[in-house]
Amino acid sequence: MSTLTRIATAAAVAAGLTLGLGAVGAQAAGGGEGPGLKRPYWSFEGVFGGYDEQQLRRGWEVYAQVCKSCHVLDYMHYRNLEQIGFTEDEVKEIAASFEVEDGPDEWGEMFMRPATPMDEFAKPYENDAIAKLANGGVVPPNLSVMARARDGGADYIYSLMLGYRDEVPEWVLEHDPNFELPAGKSFNAYFPGYAISMPQQLFEGILEYPDGTEPSAEQMAHDVTAFLQWAAEPELEDRKALGRYVLVFLLVLTALLYAYKREIWKDAH
Amino acid sequence: MSSTPSPVWSNRTIKWVDRRLPIFSMMHKELIVYPTPRNLNYWWNFGSLAGIALVILILTGIFLAMFYTPHEDMAFASIERIMREVNFGWLIRFIHMNAVSLFFLVVYIHIFRGMYYGSYKAPRELLWGIGVLIYLVMVGTAFLGYVLPWGQMSFWAATVITSLVTAIPVVGNDLAIWLWGGFSVDNDTLKRFFALHYLLPFVIFALVFLHLWALHTTKSNNPTGVEVKKPADTLPFHPYYTMKDAFGLGVALIVLCFFVFFYPNYFNHAINYVQADPMVTPEHIVPEWYFLPFYAILRAVPDKLGGVVLMFLAIAIWFILPLLDTSKTRSGRFRPIFKWFFWLLVADFVLLTYLGAMPAEGIYVTLGMWATGYYFFHFVVILPLLGWFEKPLPVPESISAAVTAGHEKEAAA
Repeated sequence: MSTLTRIATAAAVAAGLTLGLGAVGAQAAGGGEGPGLKRPYWSFEGVFGGYDEQQLRRGWEVYAQVCKSCHVLDYMHYRNLEQIGFTEDEVKEIAASFEVEDGPDEWGEMFMRPATPMDEFAKPYENDAIAKLANGGVVPPNLSVMARARDGGADYIYSLMLGYRDEVPEWVLEHDPNFELPAGKSFNAYFPGYAISMPQQLFEGILEYPDGTEPSAEQMAHDVTAFLQWAAEPELEDRKALGRYVLVFLLVLTALLYAYKREIWKDAH
Repeated sequence: MSSTPSPVWSNRTIKWVDRRLPIFSMMHKELIVYPTPRNLNYWWNFGSLAGIALVILILTGIFLAMFYTPHEDMAFASIERIMREVNFGWLIRFIHMNAVSLFFLVVYIHIFRGMYYGSYKAPRELLWGIGVLIYLVMVGTAFLGYVLPWGQMSFWAATVITSLVTAIPVVGNDLAIWLWGGFSVDNDTLKRFFALHYLLPFVIFALVFLHLWALHTTKSNNPTGVEVKKPADTLPFHPYYTMKDAFGLGVALIVLCFFVFFYPNYFNHAINYVQADPMVTPEHIVPEWYFLPFYAILRAVPDKLGGVVLMFLAIAIWFILPLLDTSKTRSGRFRPIFKWFFWLLVADFVLLTYLGAMPAEGIYVTLGMWATGYYFFHFVVILPLLGWFEKPLPVPESISAAVTAGHEKEAAA
């Protein structure tokens, strides 16, 4: 028992120091001048979370009509769209609406052909140099791992989509009176440094959802973020489903092992 | 306890083999009847857990290596392919990623258990020293492995850590070029890191074998620190400890699987999912959690060479722990003052872990220096002095006497 007391004391001392320092540190860093990340409800959170196929298809709609013209989805193929509820024929149709380069043919020439479901998503730019030229010197990042590649994940993407302001807010100037938005950049409350190269993209009513959902900016941000989460973690539903079985199995097994261990040890203590 | 007679095998095949290569007799002796102190508590579970974590890492690692491409332009994409296209690739990779954290967690508990119960004292100095060596190779292996995904943190961690050798006088710069296989961290660095990351786990495996050999020669220490004296002090390893270890493994797997299946990237840095870019330095370069205490020590010294030396000394000092601890009493259980200093050291270690994750500025720098100072003060000053000043409590005459005394206390209560 006294060992437990000492562990508890050490833990309390460590936790106390850590928490105390954390508070001091947060103040020292002058943290929290910007708004905290928006935290909407996500269907894929938690142990029982999963994707909402309807929402993913709406998200694809936003991606296809808004993001796709500048951003690639590396590592993904048109066939992957079957996972979010498109039929084989629909996927063929979607793929065929894109042109990809193939070849060389028997005359040694490269040629363009309609994409098939087995093709990777078409890239908006032939190379980084052209991408930079078209986007003010910055290559628009690949979006297929974005939900894993930023602290805050989905919350960050959602907040960023809705974080544009027409004017530099007061709280920025209070913190840094000399803040000036460089030419060609937009102000985004959630982007590190606030000056983002991508202009605001989502405005109410820029597209129509096939399922008739009202295309508000929030709705589109929510849908496209869910789509990007799926693009980053297409295994999420399989992973959690398997995980639930594995955990239940392990809990039962471990309980049995504990009982069996007690049985074996009952005369040995 | 010493020479348990080999069983007389009745199966003819086993008999034939055993006459020529006594593998069955050896397993019987070392895994079944092996006399183990009867009073080992749950802190003794973490050694076997570490061994199992190593096996999990080696097995998942072999499968990952079948699909991974060690090339600066393809490494990142090959891992995305493992995650998306390879059947259960995501599972294998997430187990590999998270089992590293499990491995380090159980090894830290294992090391601190050894420190509390004086498991490094005679005649177990070599057993302890081999253990410290295992930890050192683990650190190297984990670092090399973290570079392989070729994300931003991979690249910059490799740059920061390999650049440490430039602090070595005279040969430092040449040494760095030799390590990199070029003039900076690049494709050749990645390829050799992959080769070494595949090699070192087998070196660890060999060291674990030596560790177990030394263990089975000196036998396990135990919470009283009193050596085994008579058969009543021990229990056969099977079924007593096989079952206790199996239960412990069940608990460890629950924790591991919780992270693997539900929070697989919890211990990872998000920015490592951005492909390495030598032109863009991340805002904060932070190592994985299990390196943080030593990273804090590295940064506590304003001088680069001094920091590197101190960081290695922080681990190397464990080698001479048997010399630094002058107390005749082995187990911390009977050392009333040592106990408190032990838990203070644990708190200091946790504090260093926290400080390692914080930016090197303001109060964190000052605290880092104090915490580092105390870390060494514990080993170099407190431990040697305690042996002289501390009056240990009476030690039980034998393990079985201690166990029986416990029962009488329970009965009285």
